Amino acid sequence: MNEMTKPVPATRPEDWASDQEVRWCPGCGDYAILKAVQKTMPELGARPETTVFISGIGCSSRFPYYMETYGFHTIHGRAPAIATGVKLANPGLDVWIVTGDGDGLSIGGNHMLHLLRRNLDCQVLLFNNEIYGLTKGQYSPTSRVGTESPSSPWGSVERPVFPCEFALGAGARFIARVIDTAQKQMPEVLKRAYRHKGTSFVEIYQNCVVYNDGVFEGFTDRKNAANTQIWLEHGKPMLFANGTKGLAVNRETLRMEVVDTSDGDVSRVVVHDETNKAVAKMLVSMRFPEFPVALGVIFCDPRPNFGEALERQRAEHAAGKTADLDALLRKGPSWEVRPQDAGPA
Amino acid sequence: MATALEAARDARRGSVLDDNPDHVVVRFAGDSGDGMQLTGGQFTISTALAGNDLATFPDYPAEIRAPQGTLFGVSAFQIHFGSNRIDTAGDMPDVLVAMNPAALKVNLRDLRRGGLIIADTGAFGERNLVKAGYQTNPLEDGSLAPYQLLAFDISRMTLEAVKEFGLGNKDALRCKNMWTLGLALWMFGRPRQPILDWLARKFGPNELLRDANIAALNAGHAYGETAELSGPLKQFRLAPAEVEPGFYRTVTGAEALSLGLVAGAKLAGLPLFFGGYPITPASALLHALARLREYDVTTFQAEDEIAAICAAIGASYAGSLGVTSSSGPGIALKTEAMGLAVMTELPLVIVNSQRGGPSTGLPTKTEQSDLYQAVYGRNGDTPIPVIAARSPSDCFEVAIEACRIALMFMTPVILLTDGYIANAAEPWKVPHVADFAPIPVSFHTEVPAEGHVNPYARDPETLRRIWVKPGTPGLTHRIGGIEKSHATGNIDYSPENHQKMTDTRKAKVDGIARYIPAQGVECGEATGDLVVVGWGSTWGPIRQAVAQCRARGMRVSHVHLRHIWPLPANLGDLLRGFGRVLVPEMNTGQLKTLLRDQYLVDARPLSKVSGQPFRIAEIVAAIEETLA
Repeated sequence: MNEMTKPVPATRPEDWASDQEVRWCPGCGDYAILKAVQKTMPELGARPETTVFISGIGCSSRFPYYMETYGFHTIHGRAPAIATGVKLANPGLDVWIVTGDGDGLSIGGNHMLHLLRRNLDCQVLLFNNEIYGLTKGQYSPTSRVGTESPSSPWGSVERPVFPCEFALGAGARFIARVIDTAQKQMPEVLKRAYRHKGTSFVEIYQNCVVYNDGVFEGFTDRKNAANTQIWLEHGKPMLFANGTKGLAVNRETLRMEVVDTSDGDVSRVVVHDETNKAVAKMLVSMRFPEFPVALGVIFCDPRPNFGEALERQRAEHAAGKTADLDALLRKGPSWEVRPQDAGPA
Repeated sequence: MATALEAARDARRGSVLDDNPDHVVVRFAGDSGDGMQLTGGQFTISTALAGNDLATFPDYPAEIRAPQGTLFGVSAFQIHFGSNRIDTAGDMPDVLVAMNPAALKVNLRDLRRGGLIIADTGAFGERNLVKAGYQTNPLEDGSLAPYQLLAFDISRMTLEAVKEFGLGNKDALRCKNMWTLGLALWMFGRPRQPILDWLARKFGPNELLRDANIAALNAGHAYGETAELSGPLKQFRLAPAEVEPGFYRTVTGAEALSLGLVAGAKLAGLPLFFGGYPITPASALLHALARLREYDVTTFQAEDEIAAICAAIGASYAGSLGVTSSSGPGIALKTEAMGLAVMTELPLVIVNSQRGGPSTGLPTKTEQSDLYQAVYGRNGDTPIPVIAARSPSDCFEVAIEACRIALMFMTPVILLTDGYIANAAEPWKVPHVADFAPIPVSFHTEVPAEGHVNPYARDPETLRRIWVKPGTPGLTHRIGGIEKSHATGNIDYSPENHQKMTDTRKAKVDGIARYIPAQGVECGEATGDLVVVGWGSTWGPIRQAVAQCRARGMRVSHVHLRHIWPLPANLGDLLRGFGRVLVPEMNTGQLKTLLRDQYLVDARPLSKVSGQPFRIAEIVAAIEETLA
């Protein structure tokens, strides 16, 4: 993110919408995400001209075309690599990467790993719909075992990757999770992601109405959301089901367990500490329906980011040196041949 | 010393070297742990400082420390120096320094008949002989009779020289290369001081190792001085070469390339962003640039080749000059991203330090077999300009030219060099950056009176699209790999638009031919019986071969291409002025195909893919055969 230096007129959500017709399928979860992002941008104090959306290939990766910002729709899986060059070359830009489960964790899995490890200052929005949409419905690296698709007619047998677990393992310093339809919470998560200096990894459960409709319904259904979702707040006990249940650590198994708090006793319930990686590990390892789905900011523990570290090193190294290129060309073993010499001196 | 004296006496017959030769080829060969590359490199510097022209050829195995004493672990460094102009590293060594039996076995076949062998008898024990596959000791069995042999116990003399420092046997023996270097410096009357300075810098605070190495160097030198052997161990005197006045240094291709890229970016007033991934023999460029942070250079060691080029593309998009570098297999990985750079019309320099292929091929050996890959190797109609360096020092100008084309036309450019050029060294008359024309670059900042900016708006002459730096108010736009409308920059798959954009991309790159120099003739007339057409590192041997044949009255000329795509506009007419066209290449005939395709000329290939550069004699033979 970029610090503001002079006052400029505030933007409105519509200032962030491009004139391009949105081409996602009717009912796609991407619409809700686009709306939430466009709504949040003015609240961040961001400017369209210093904002760049970078994407790879897939349904989610069409996102930059619909934002009235600078945008780069790149090639499959490579958005993190392109973004690295953009941010290092032009640190004043706010860089957002939009990717999906196939783009970000299959063909681009390597780049995602290294982006998170290096902690480039940018935001990653990973739309997870557990399916390849744009190529017409093949199972993806996040698809659950047994997912029937054109490329897995009898159900997939591969074990899925869980994006937040992957991110934590890769060394991410900011990990959050939301649901496409969570219009109330998403702006808050986006703001936190934007403010965090370093790679902010946000997994967004996104419903593909055509190829994987309802895959998250078990925990996204609003009617039962209180029992299936737990929205984390730093410093607050991990309660859900309207305060009647909580998450506690079982000291014997060192795993989370759901405890009954209907009697008002929350003494065993874990108080959320965003900076505690061990807790974050337990939260991202919880599987629905045994556990509620952990949402909001799961982990946030800043470390120096890549660009900052590089610039600091450059400043230290360059201190007191003059960049005289002609002198550089002449460095090392050299000799002068004078006009009067028959040969070298 | 008895052995050495006897050997010297035996070797006196048929000396190949005069007392005052005008050029000499020396090859240092040993185990990959023997420090032959260091020895050769330091001998090179000393030779340059003594005023000789020179060219070098480092030839080392892919293994870092191959098992000791084995044939595949042999590392060699060849230097050709003289008092005349030197264009190649030399066809055949006059002097072979063999630090062990394997080094002798691998390199003997190249040695000139009557050439001088300097061998370390201390390394010719039973074990090493067996490892090299010798039944009997070649130093003693008379098999080296066609050569002059100087065999003495360098190992033992090194141990004696460094005894006072109390090093372990292993460390003490590692000073052998400095002993040998000392002897070589004496043989050719080279100054010792630059090497002593270098040793002081290299070992710095480790005084023990510094002093031991210095002692070994001095001992080798003193051995030459005091042994006063007659015969081959004598001092040779080479007059300095007559060269243009100016400031000179030695430079390898990788060094010249790194400096040229920095100069290119400076001439354009842009920061340089370099994305690379370790690969032999391209890594030297990453290493060189990584040290130049204060020159507005950012190097990024990416997670893979794809990320390296993608980050460079991202940097160019953001307003820097993006550069990426690799060798054939890594370039293959970058291919899809090159298409993105073509589609988004961003400036980018892609350096390919070619090596033997296909696949992993010969990682440390040279080849020119990526020309098809550079010119044709992408999906879609994806034209990319291709230029090639012909020698280590030429890399500097070629790098600037690559930057110029990339920025002037908003296009990726492929710069072909090879493993030989990257590692070889030669003297370089150092230019001033101000000698080169600035590269004009302007970022588009004008906000349209109405509507949105079209990122594909073009300069009507060059067809270069505008370059808008993100961060510029009022010009937000989106680019990407999907075909875009020529009129708005928005996604457009329509048939007319794709036809127009494809035609435009082709016309833009074809049009570069109008902005590059007309093809000249390197040597000889502009018409004749035969033209030898080359590109890249074959320049030296072709030049020498053509000069020799012309001296014998043959009507042959040499044309050497820097611009391979597009080809210079006059090349077709030039080639048609000759009866025959011969194309020597370290591949199976790739430029030959391109010339036939472009000009319908009967270009004939001369192919060599042994991992070794051409010898002059091989090209002379081909010229003779063609004209027979």
